Amino acid sequence: MSEIDKATVAKIARLSRIKIEEDKLEPLAGELNNILGWVEQLGEVNTDTIEPMASPVNAKLRWRDDVINDGDKQESVLKNAAKAEFGFFAVPKVIE
Amino acid sequence: MSEYRIQGATGDFEVVIGLEVHAQVISKSKLFSGAATEFGAEPNSQVSLVDAAMPGMLPTINGECVRQAVRTGLALGAQINKFSVFDRKNYFYADLPQGYQISQFKHPVVGEGTILLDLGDGKTKEVGVERIHLEQDAGKSMHDQHPQFTYVDLNRSGVALMEIVSKPDMRSPEEAGAYLTKLRTILRYIGTCDGNMEQGSMRADVNVSVRRPGEPLGTRCEIKNVNSIRFVRQAIEVEARRQVDILEDGGEIDQETRLFDPNKGETRSMRSKEEAHDYRYFPDPDLLPVEFDDAFVDAARESLPELPDDKRKRFVDDLGVSDYNASVLVAEKENADYFEELLAKLGNADMAKKASNWVISDLFGLLNKAGKTISESPVSPEQGAELLGLIEDGTISGRTAKDVFEEMFETGKNAAVIVDEKGLKQVSDTGELEKIIDTIIAANPGQVEQYRAGKTKLIGFFVGQVMKETGGAANPGVVNKLLQPKLDG
Repeated sequence: MSEIDKATVAKIARLSRIKIEEDKLEPLAGELNNILGWVEQLGEVNTDTIEPMASPVNAKLRWRDDVINDGDKQESVLKNAAKAEFGFFAVPKVIE
Repeated sequence: MSEYRIQGATGDFEVVIGLEVHAQVISKSKLFSGAATEFGAEPNSQVSLVDAAMPGMLPTINGECVRQAVRTGLALGAQINKFSVFDRKNYFYADLPQGYQISQFKHPVVGEGTILLDLGDGKTKEVGVERIHLEQDAGKSMHDQHPQFTYVDLNRSGVALMEIVSKPDMRSPEEAGAYLTKLRTILRYIGTCDGNMEQGSMRADVNVSVRRPGEPLGTRCEIKNVNSIRFVRQAIEVEARRQVDILEDGGEIDQETRLFDPNKGETRSMRSKEEAHDYRYFPDPDLLPVEFDDAFVDAARESLPELPDDKRKRFVDDLGVSDYNASVLVAEKENADYFEELLAKLGNADMAKKASNWVISDLFGLLNKAGKTISESPVSPEQGAELLGLIEDGTISGRTAKDVFEEMFETGKNAAVIVDEKGLKQVSDTGELEKIIDTIIAANPGQVEQYRAGKTKLIGFFVGQVMKETGGAANPGVVNKLLQPKLDG
């Protein structure tokens, strides 16, 4: 695992839409490196003969039948929207 | 066929094309929720709280969508993965309320397969399919409804898509078009996608790069969301030309996402998408792996109808239909269905060739003129079979049949009714015809003399006279047979 530097922290923050002040970037890089270093210790365990685990509980994915039993609740869906018009969410203009 | 080349000032370039097709899965409800998938509903009326990504909502997989993806894989002769995993593909956009799309990254449900392209004149080419994975569609943004706001409708959000990824095996706009055409035909045959490109239920991302023949692959650009086969061809042409021009000027191609503008006939960069390409995929912790057994795959295989390539082969080999007719009939499922029902009603497989000609020239001719599709045909296969039967048993001539058919098309009446009403029945009664022939021979002694002197072509004149006398109702075959000995004396 390569070191996480200040620029990487800034990039991840931007991709995640998290605002981080310039002076917090360096300390955060240090913290993240500590966490990753700690997790890296797991690499010392030999897992060659162990199946990857998809879930900590012994369960199978539950499937649903192809039936329409939800929707038709425009009001609830739009209830928390900052702005809604004519049944649409109205968001600040995004244009390619 | 000569190979497709872009001609540059310094020599020829080859185009390399790969396609990622997003095909909306036919299912009643969405991939992870019970909201309806139907097109054209009131905005946000087919949205569950799962699709709206309300906190705490959990996705549950719709088994039918998995089955449809497996059926598609089987129809493309592809590897089926009985173990696959859903991942989160993270990006921000107004019509993606979760902030990530649930997709499949490392372990797709379907692996490698092939599609056989029909390139005309019986030429074919195999194109590899890399994979098919299931994923959620996003909502729909409308930018032109309000000066300051973009309107977002989440009805499409969460509808199941199959992303069908080809290998970079195509070398010309025509091959890319043939790939999409064939893929669409197969999806429509098996009923896993309606293939409607105008409504957006099938759209393509086109990867284009150029190279001098024999050289390694060049840097590619991805043209996003092209929504018709014609535009795919055009986009490839202009993009390949753009790349050649850059290379010849000593430049380099930037790997980037571009947009095709059909009005201007150009592609342009979508720079804003560049950073968003860091999707940070990881397995979706809300979903366990998708697992199914051989019985599930076998049942999916059992449910497949006859596929277009097999059908075409059967039409040609078993029914004697021409190669061209078979391709035309098979290209759209509705055409093939009509033809097969017509043949069933005729109850005579020997007439398959004639029936195919009738469908393609007569029926398609009038449908095109009227701007109708075959499903809207005013003449049913049963009615068509009756008409063909009347020609076959000599009741009406082929020429008369065309008029009868036009009237059937106009009025929806049955052929026999029209033939009766208008007295169009061919006169094959030799006694009646003989009388008419005798009268005509007696009335035209000059022509008879010339005929006997060697101008045998004049027989046409006599046939014409008989036809005129009978109002076109005489059976020409019978007339000829009767005339000849009388003229010869």
